[in-house]
Amino acid sequence: MLKTLLSQVKQYKLASILTPLCMIGEVICEMIIPVLMAGIVDKGIYGNNMGYIFSTGGKMIVIAVLGLLAGLLGAYYGSMASTGFAKNLRKAMFDNIQTFSFSNIDKFSTSGLVTRLTTDVSNIQNAYMVTLRMAMRAPASMIVAMVMSFIISPELARIYLGAVIFLAVVAVLLMRRATRYFKQVFEKYDELNESVQENVSAIRVVKAYVREDYENAKFKKAALNIYNMFVKAEGNVVYVSPLMTGTVYVCILLISWFGAHMIVAGNLSTGSLMSLLTYCMSILMSLMMLAIIFVMMTMAEASGKRIAEVIEEKADLTNPENPVMEVADGSISFDHVYFSYNKSSDEPVLKDITLDIKSGETIGIIGGTGSAKSSLINLISRLYDVTDGSVKVGGVDVRDYDMETLRDQVSVVLQKNVLFSGTILDNLRWGDKNATEEAVKKACEMACADEFIEKMPDGYNTVIEQGGTNVSGGQRQRLCIARALLKKPRILILDDSTSAVDTATDAKIRKAFATMIPGTTKLIIAQRISSVQDCDRIIVMDDGKINGFASHDELLKTNEIYREVYESQTGVSGDADFDSASGQ
Amino acid sequence: MAETKAINAGPRGGAKRGMPRPKIDNPGKLFKRLMGYVFKFYPIHMLVIVLCIVLTVFSSVQGTLFTRTLIDSYIQPMLDNHSNDYGPLLGAMGRVAIFYGLGVLAAFVQAKVMIYINQGTLRRLREELFVHMESLPIKYFDTHAHGDIMSIYTNDIDALRQMISQSIPQLLSSAITIVSVLASMIVLSIPLTIVTLLMVAVMLFCSAKATASSGKNFVAQQKNIGELNGFIEEMMTGQKVVKVFNHESEAIEKFDELNEKLFDSAFKANAYSGALGPINAQLGNTSYVLCAIIGAAIALSDSVAAGFTVGMLASFLTFNKSFSMPINQVSMQFNSIIMALAGADRIFKLLDEPGETDDGYVMLVNSEEKDGEIVEADHHTGHWAWKHYHKADNTTTYQPMEGDVTFNDVDFGYTDEKMVLHNIVLHAKPGQKIAFVGSTGAGKTTITNLINRFYDIQDGKIRYDNININKIKKADLRRSLGIVLQDTHLFTGTVMENIRYGKLDATDEEVKAAAKLANAHSFIKRLPDGYNTMLTGDGANLSQGQRQLLAIARAAIADPPVLILDEATSSIDTRTEKIVQDGMDKLMSGRTTFVIAHRLSTVKNSDCIIVLEHGRIIEQGTHDELIAKKQKYYQLYTGMKSETA
Repeated sequence: MLKTLLSQVKQYKLASILTPLCMIGEVICEMIIPVLMAGIVDKGIYGNNMGYIFSTGGKMIVIAVLGLLAGLLGAYYGSMASTGFAKNLRKAMFDNIQTFSFSNIDKFSTSGLVTRLTTDVSNIQNAYMVTLRMAMRAPASMIVAMVMSFIISPELARIYLGAVIFLAVVAVLLMRRATRYFKQVFEKYDELNESVQENVSAIRVVKAYVREDYENAKFKKAALNIYNMFVKAEGNVVYVSPLMTGTVYVCILLISWFGAHMIVAGNLSTGSLMSLLTYCMSILMSLMMLAIIFVMMTMAEASGKRIAEVIEEKADLTNPENPVMEVADGSISFDHVYFSYNKSSDEPVLKDITLDIKSGETIGIIGGTGSAKSSLINLISRLYDVTDGSVKVGGVDVRDYDMETLRDQVSVVLQKNVLFSGTILDNLRWGDKNATEEAVKKACEMACADEFIEKMPDGYNTVIEQGGTNVSGGQRQRLCIARALLKKPRILILDDSTSAVDTATDAKIRKAFATMIPGTTKLIIAQRISSVQDCDRIIVMDDGKINGFASHDELLKTNEIYREVYESQTGVSGDADFDSASGQ
Repeated sequence: MAETKAINAGPRGGAKRGMPRPKIDNPGKLFKRLMGYVFKFYPIHMLVIVLCIVLTVFSSVQGTLFTRTLIDSYIQPMLDNHSNDYGPLLGAMGRVAIFYGLGVLAAFVQAKVMIYINQGTLRRLREELFVHMESLPIKYFDTHAHGDIMSIYTNDIDALRQMISQSIPQLLSSAITIVSVLASMIVLSIPLTIVTLLMVAVMLFCSAKATASSGKNFVAQQKNIGELNGFIEEMMTGQKVVKVFNHESEAIEKFDELNEKLFDSAFKANAYSGALGPINAQLGNTSYVLCAIIGAAIALSDSVAAGFTVGMLASFLTFNKSFSMPINQVSMQFNSIIMALAGADRIFKLLDEPGETDDGYVMLVNSEEKDGEIVEADHHTGHWAWKHYHKADNTTTYQPMEGDVTFNDVDFGYTDEKMVLHNIVLHAKPGQKIAFVGSTGAGKTTITNLINRFYDIQDGKIRYDNININKIKKADLRRSLGIVLQDTHLFTGTVMENIRYGKLDATDEEVKAAAKLANAHSFIKRLPDGYNTMLTGDGANLSQGQRQLLAIARAAIADPPVLILDEATSSIDTRTEKIVQDGMDKLMSGRTTFVIAHRLSTVKNSDCIIVLEHGRIIEQGTHDELIAKKQKYYQLYTGMKSETA
């Protein structure tokens, strides 16, 4: 994991090396000051040497300026290294995500990917900055302070060494216990927040059943539980700070006592004693810093793992070595196709599918939820690879095509379709970057989108908001169809793409397809029989298998499922959806 | 130390996504109110904390002064007299040890007590937030993004935790330290104190400068984070569409541009805020050096300020360090305090939101018949009555609940400016099935929101069994109405608990009976743990149809006389819908039912179909009547495109 992450430092390696160097420089400068100070007291004051005081004072100022310089450079490089590292991590993830196949995307959820690209990266950015600037500084300042103390007086410095070891051992023990408790608390804390979330989104149910008091009681119980757990967990940590202060106090007393003896015995100067007491503080501060770094690192560890997962994920669909760059026609054939989303699962989603569709045919697909209609059509543009068998488009196995070529020729309007922020024109041009306005308008005409677009205040330049919230469901579907049409594909697949469009418009769109793009193979998945009944042939899917594949009339006679669905939608168009039927 | 704080205090990059730079109108008032909370519930605890802080600071000042005493009063005389009597020193050290001991004890007590104050205050705030939130009208939830409400419980409460447990004690101890150290410094040497203060002024000036520069860049950084995160969210949501349209390289291009922009501003912001630490640290050192030189000069020239000894200089220099430190700390805590106050502002805004009001006095009670008269019963009888208390003559009357609902010329708008419903007139007799049809935005759901008083009407009257619904206690009104929504909401818990939500004291048998009625029993039995299967994340482990069946079972067990079904089957495929519809039909029998329908085929058998358009009733009648009319309903039903479209 660490290797994957660190390989993204790239052009910020120099900054990453310079930062700790600068920090060490700063520490050295800070540490020299107490030594010089001791000199002022010992040689200057007791030696009654004003000149020495000034020259040493001058040195001290120079060193402070050097320290400042080192500190500023450290801040500069540290900031560059950490924000640059974050930038590279984001880019590495985003670029890799763009190579992901559908099954890679399914593996990470959308929100999971967003969190990794945002919160997790900023956690790592902070941890990296802290590591570069403090992880070096803290041990360095501790070591320098220690070394200085030993130089001044090895006997007294041993007291510090003992204290540091004692504190480190105690702190590690306490921290380990506390981390365990805190992990539990935070799990419970997440649960508490989830229950709030649940209440916010289900508030209508809570109010409709008059369950406010019930929910309050439930929440209060959970809140009390969290309170108790937090008190217990934090109770483990309260010892740390008094313990540290206490140890420092003991050190001061010991140093003073033994120091006094040594001074009287003539083995130590007064100034040295003062320096020693100053180093005592430095050592304590470094220890506290190390504790903070420790906490940050544990927090960043989880984020780092999640980021590395995305960077390391290998796209499981790749282009073949010598890809076929042209799709001959719009014929499709499935040959004993088996498919499952998860390679290890025993029960395939599609079972032994064999079918042939001629170029230019219009095919309807119908079946209940979970009957694997979408899975079937996803194989045609190689959004997933078959587990067994083969899918051919234009007589060539889809795995032999250049993926971009194949997807340009097989245009899918997905069930969960999205528009992006930008104008309607921008969105439509996803299908064809260079489409002229006329071509766009023609596609919209076919998709029956022209009427409402033209009614909008800015027409084709109307800005679609993020998530396409300012157009209705039916309008969004029609825009998505127009976008897919602009690709001028050999095969057009509509995955339940007119469910929010009223029956009349739906029929009009299908009619336009028949007259304007007769050569294109069209596959239409629908819930409504009315949307597919005039197709050349209709596939009835049931539980991952083809239950029937024939024309409407024939299926009515021979296929039980088809007839059942047909009858449940009595009156056929009585199934009309009100949206967009009444004036959009 | 300064280093640590600098990093902690800086706004944490994208950790709080898209959060604008906090702007608070009245930070002083906010701070007071927040402190009010802490002091109100924990007055004694707080007193202990203040005492402990004073004690801690006192002991550390004593300790610092001890350096002077050590050198001047013990080591120097011993050196001068060549004496070897350590007795006095031992005594002095014993006294200091006591102070130290007290200081450590105080620090411990402070930390321990702080846990109770901090967690206790947060617990109270959480509870208060939740209880208050539950009392808010539906309007609040409809007009506030759920993500924003959630972030009050998470981000804002977390910011407060930081502030109460760290910033406040820090502020207190800094203030006390500054005062006591200043006093000690003045006692030791006035000229040196002036030098120190001058350097502090320089320090504050530089901090302000650096903060202003980094602040500007932080604003830019926040903006760029917002843009980049928005883009990421959009792209990740639409990733499959990106693939289908071979749009990867364009996406990367745009991403790179935004990513570079963010890097640029984040780099600058962090560089400036990172500079704050070293600047202050080195200014602190300079101050130390200046005092050392001047102090040494004074100590040497005994003529100028006799009595200023080396020991005093040593102590003063330590004070010099401990004086600039709290000032740095306060200036660096500033950012996190502002963040926490912004959080507190949002918390209090929610708490100040007016809750639902209820002036109703008519109550729903169990009833039974005695001697031809309806009387109240203290047990479940299966019969309900409205209990009317008449203030005028101090009498109570009972009236059987039947489920008769009338709308009398009702006008309604979510805001006063824009009316959504106009002149709605309808009458549902007990046991009737009333269907609302019309396109999205026609006002179907709005009507049902009015019956259970999720919203109150602007004009006209709604009567329930001939009682104005404003006179009925809201809880009782809602208890008498069952509702099944399009978006089923289930709660974390077992299937059994979820169904029981409709009637908390239902026995297991009753739950099963309700599940059977709703056609849910057969699928529940097939779940891994049957009725004890845990549901999490809004029933994510169930299909949409199964969730809907559970919601129906939940309504069934409540056994309400009036039902509202709001597009309960619209997102289910037609075959599953048959099963669900069957369950609902069983539930509807014998109850007044309002149905909002998506598919016309499901409402054909209604007693009355109401066609809504733009908030007005344009047609109403039975299916046959409406077909005969050959207007809007006819056109929709037969699939002919409306001429008015």
